[in-house]
Amino acid sequence: MPDRELAVTQRSQAQLVARRFRRHRLAVVSLAVLLALVLLAFVGGWLWKYSVVDLTSDESVPPSWDHPFGTDAAGHDTFAQVLRGTQISIGIAVLGALVATVVGTVWGATAGYYGGRLDTVMMRIADLVLTLPFLAVAAVLGHNVGGSWWLIAAVIAGLYWAYVARVARGVVLSLREKEFVEAARAIGAGDARIIFRHLVPNAFGSIIVNATVLVAIAILLETALSYLGFGVRPPDTSLGLLVSDAQTAVDTRPWLFFFPGLFIILIALTINFIGDGLRDALDPQQTRVRR
Amino acid sequence: MLAYAVRRMLVSVPILVIATFVVFVMVSLSGDPLSELKTRNPPPPPRTLALEAHRLHLDEPVLARYWHWITGVLHGDFGPSVQSTQVIGPELAHRFLVTFRLIGVAMLLALVLAVLVGVVSAVKQYSATDYTFTFFGFLFLAMPSFWFAILLKEAGISFNDTVGNQVLFTIGDSSVYIEGGTWASIADVVGHMILPTISLALLSFAAWSRFQRASMLEVLNTDYVRLARAKGLRSGTVLTRHALRTALIPLVTVTALDLGAIISGAIVTENVYQWRGAGSFLLESIRHDDAYAVAGWLLIAATFIIAFNLAADLLYAVLDPRIRYA
Repeated sequence: MPDRELAVTQRSQAQLVARRFRRHRLAVVSLAVLLALVLLAFVGGWLWKYSVVDLTSDESVPPSWDHPFGTDAAGHDTFAQVLRGTQISIGIAVLGALVATVVGTVWGATAGYYGGRLDTVMMRIADLVLTLPFLAVAAVLGHNVGGSWWLIAAVIAGLYWAYVARVARGVVLSLREKEFVEAARAIGAGDARIIFRHLVPNAFGSIIVNATVLVAIAILLETALSYLGFGVRPPDTSLGLLVSDAQTAVDTRPWLFFFPGLFIILIALTINFIGDGLRDALDPQQTRVRR
Repeated sequence: MLAYAVRRMLVSVPILVIATFVVFVMVSLSGDPLSELKTRNPPPPPRTLALEAHRLHLDEPVLARYWHWITGVLHGDFGPSVQSTQVIGPELAHRFLVTFRLIGVAMLLALVLAVLVGVVSAVKQYSATDYTFTFFGFLFLAMPSFWFAILLKEAGISFNDTVGNQVLFTIGDSSVYIEGGTWASIADVVGHMILPTISLALLSFAAWSRFQRASMLEVLNTDYVRLARAKGLRSGTVLTRHALRTALIPLVTVTALDLGAIISGAIVTENVYQWRGAGSFLLESIRHDDAYAVAGWLLIAATFIIAFNLAADLLYAVLDPRIRYA
């Protein structure tokens, strides 16, 4: 046995999580692709020579160097439109998922912590929301609130918080009997402090994983809503609206139909893979039989 | 178990009342149901407008209107529709029958495919087959339903062109006029159903096959399956009689929970294939600010979802003897 010193490096929680995430190659690649897409949409859309409203003299031309994604019948540059649509769709989905996560976490954690009658009433309300066919209710609300993007995000958050509440309640229920909660109470911490400083941070893993997947689901709901005409409305655009406008042109001008669809799939697919990687990294207990 | 079922049904009554109330108020506040009438040229006389407003109870507050509606529903009257030629009750019944036909077949197709693919993936874990199925599972999960439905519709049209005969129908739920008796109309309905059913089924199939794979993997790693193998049973017997039967149980709950998503999917699918089903009824009613019709739609859809979930929970107790409801 060679006489060698054992090197022990100290690793923080964040480093451990990052290490576990990096091991999930598909998630790392997905993260890179998603970041590239976001950068392209938000920076590229700003730099690109055409804007959404620009009417060029080229009408219905197929993809070329001047128009990478071609143009529509009115002469709009499809690349500019898809980038703008991506901005709006990602903006709605991220804001919607974020608000749903915050509201749902507070709701579920409160219900789970106090238990009893309060828990019953609060979770019954969440169940009520979960019983509804989301697209139908979102269409009613979307028709009511009009087409601005943050209101659509509010509609999405108004439905999906119930999912988050269920997850957060489940985690808090299992945590609230743990010793560290008892210890916190023993040194005189109040309910609010226990919930937000002790329970919620410990539930962060599941909540972040859930929020990531929620973004993908929200993108699909928003695009479906805009496709049906109850989401984002012209003159603004979203990826769903672009597909809706192009649905009669699949045969004649396929670029109008395929590029926005491809962007939706890429965004949802990469987010799902990232969510998978995060689950492995943050929430090892939840990982089912992996290697 | 009967007491449990009755209690669950009673608990769901307030859920239905609150849900329909919220939707009713939202639709009532979103626009003027008479706007179409008012913008007509020549403008209708004020008396016609007043009569129409009275017919729709618009001269009463929203709360009173909801009260009229909910008490009417108890007697089978779904209230007056903004579209004056339409009687909401029978129209809803007809439209939901069309949609349930689509949903039923699509769910069946999705379940059968999901179980097959899930089991094969689990048994051949980390094989090329498993990776292929996983890839397509993730792909379908990320695919917007309307985009895929439009694509499939185009594929159907070019298929018809190649065959030189209208085999797959891409518009409507059935032809208006059919010659040749019952068999011809059944064939017609089937021809109209193929593409929409595939469109709708693929969404649930993706999620369910992933779930079935995980559930099957869990069971395959249990001691009793190992014991069955150790006894020398043939692997086919172990898989179907010991492992699969247990691994199927969780799928019951997931199927029931996804019903709302499937109904949402059906709204999109009907829109793409221009079916006159419940989904298009809902969208028309929202556009007409028809609060009675939208609330009626939601009442039926939500009742169906609640009943389905209850049935799934009861079935779970039958399938899994460890679960007892008191």
